[in-house]
Amino acid sequence: MYKYDEYDHSIVAARVEEFRDQVNRRLAGQITEDQFKPLRLMNGLYLQLHAYMLRVAVPYGTLDSRQMHMLAHIARKYDRGYGHFTTRQNLQYNWIKLEDAPDILAELATVEMHAIQTSGNCIRNISSDQFAGAAADELTDPRPWAELLRQWSTFHPEFSYLPRKFKICVIAAEEDRAAMRLHDIGIQIVEKDGQLGAAIYVGGGMGRTPMIAPLIKDFVPFDDFVSYLEACLRVYNRYGRRDNMYKARIKILIHELGADKYAAEVEEEFAAVKALGIDPPRAEFDRIAAHFAPPAYDADAPDTLDRSDPDFAVWLDQNVSAHKQPGYAVVTISLKPIGGIPGDATADQIDLMADLAKAHSFDELRVTHAQNIVLPHVRKADLYALWQQLRDAGLAEANLDLISDIIACPGLDYCSLANARSIPLAQKIATRFSDIGRQRELGELKLKISGCINACGHHHAGHIGILGVDRKGVENYQLLLGGSGAEDVSLGTITGPGFSEDGIVDAIEKATNVYLAQREDGERFLDTYRRLGMAPFKEAIYG
Amino acid sequence: MGDLLRYRDDEAHEEPAVTLDAFLGQSNATAVRIESGEDARVLLPYLDRIALVEVSFPKFRDGRGYSTGRILREAGYQGELRAQGDVLVDQIPLMRRCGFDSFAPEAPVDEAVLAASLARYEFHYQAAADPAVPVWKRRHG
Ligand code: HEM
Ligand code: SF4
Repeated sequence: MYKYDEYDHSIVAARVEEFRDQVNRRLAGQITEDQFKPLRLMNGLYLQLHAYMLRVAVPYGTLDSRQMHMLAHIARKYDRGYGHFTTRQNLQYNWIKLEDAPDILAELATVEMHAIQTSGNCIRNISSDQFAGAAADELTDPRPWAELLRQWSTFHPEFSYLPRKFKICVIAAEEDRAAMRLHDIGIQIVEKDGQLGAAIYVGGGMGRTPMIAPLIKDFVPFDDFVSYLEACLRVYNRYGRRDNMYKARIKILIHELGADKYAAEVEEEFAAVKALGIDPPRAEFDRIAAHFAPPAYDADAPDTLDRSDPDFAVWLDQNVSAHKQPGYAVVTISLKPIGGIPGDATADQIDLMADLAKAHSFDELRVTHAQNIVLPHVRKADLYALWQQLRDAGLAEANLDLISDIIACPGLDYCSLANARSIPLAQKIATRFSDIGRQRELGELKLKISGCINACGHHHAGHIGILGVDRKGVENYQLLLGGSGAEDVSLGTITGPGFSEDGIVDAIEKATNVYLAQREDGERFLDTYRRLGMAPFKEAIYG
Repeated sequence: MGDLLRYRDDEAHEEPAVTLDAFLGQSNATAVRIESGEDARVLLPYLDRIALVEVSFPKFRDGRGYSTGRILREAGYQGELRAQGDVLVDQIPLMRRCGFDSFAPEAPVDEAVLAASLARYEFHYQAAADPAVPVWKRRHG
């Protein structure tokens, strides 16, 4: 894992001091709320319906037990004893006092954490594959590239007042576990002539105009990596729309300009930027990459497992994934207990996960964009004991990628923009499908809920997506089918007229019944939908 | 109107800045004003005879001027580069890094706050249009 050196420490410490000064000036009335807003947003501080929300960055979703314990500590001391893991691999506190924010940042800095650029119209925290460094299918660990970008983008002087927020994701496997092409820039590390470089996709995003990012450049070698991204951002900063907030994301620029024209503009800018010598040398990449060297695996770790406990076996099949190292496995801890709030964890649970990571996973944890937690490097021989401890803490729900592993935005319970509640609906759906045998029969089924058109809950990318709308002052839900945020990326299609809260749960059940009746061998819900199209689903739902 | 803040040793330029169109049509002007949507690159052929470029920041949220500043500096412009308009104290350190060396903020700036914020960051991660040595270069010489 990356560890700060004196420079990183100095920069983050200066930020704490800067923000303390900004908050003091705000509290003293020296700056207006309008002027303070972009400053606090660039530090992850949002004003929600009831209180301030603080979003803490978890760069590319990787953290250690010390950092995880700190998150628990802050939840206890400054919030209400819990935290919320987000779809961008960060953590949010929902009940923060403005006066406390500088102290919280100071505490975070002691464990090399911060809230820098977790909101605002700047380059946000870089996201990545939660299985990085462990996945059996990866080409290389994407995180050194992501860390390089973290440093490049932190307090970037030119790109701190972009037209709109800017999200970058880096992966290095064919399987896309991070919704790479739904980011403003999606990067896949690929190999060409024995050299690693980046395939660059630009202009994806969700929100009210969802778009899948087209490929802009198939290979950018390491030596040009930062220059090329600088060029991508500069073209956006200069030409992205600023007249209408809803058209300000880079996806609209790409859409209006055309991907080819945008790529040509970037090439031209790149020619100018490349001459400036702003690319870090390979030695810097190697320095960063050394922090992500594989842990000291036990080469003799047994590769066999005792599956005799049936509940354990179910969890194994559902929540444990292949590791590149024999004798090891990747564990996903579901934060989606039936009837719970997706992504929430209590301080005690956060502490326990930290302890388990320390004991069983080389002190490493990951946050996933589906709002779960991963222990990336667990000895297979330890899995049973680990599972028992998780079970006792209510953290052993065996539902990874099943219908109850729901992504839901905060919705009307927290968010001032919401049309409808998301969390209670997620709870209702999970409860309706609570039987684990039934869930497993339905197989992989990604269900995602947003409380309004802003799409924080990724509803466009759900195999089943739900969008909260306001219908004459009454909460109403639209149903979408056929989206995917994975390597087979697609955007969902609205089935037709919306539903009440109970009506939407029934509609989902009808859609899953069509799948069960019509699926062919090995088909997931999404595959059956793609083969059959909307018609049979529509008929079952509205017929 | 706030005071003019300058980080240059030479005398402030007296000639009023003309619009970009006027500049391009009138070959002897030495001061030009660029609106936030205008393309600074059209000035590149004339840089050695320009003494002042004033870049407009109509709203503090409009960040196009940061790119304008860097483009001019990166092309070798040595004259005064002024940020004019809705320029806030917390933005000036970023603008300094983009090559601006004078500021005409619409509202007065608290100089003590500004001095503290200009001195705050000892290190910067990335290279820009100021003399700061990026952290990666410090690490590797
Ligand atoms: C007070 C609560 C929140 C507000 C007001 C809010 C606001 C917004 C808005 C306005 C957008 C659309 C931006 C655009 O497309 O231009 C958006 C998108 C998004 N938000 Fe939130 N949000 C909130 C909470 C959250 C939370 C808790 C998460 C994570 C769990 C989240 C994750 C996202 C994501 C992933 C997107 C979609 C990004 C994209 O368009 O590509 N938001 N949010
Ligand atoms: S999708 Fe809408 S309701 Fe949900 S958090 Fe985002 S802005 Fe709020």
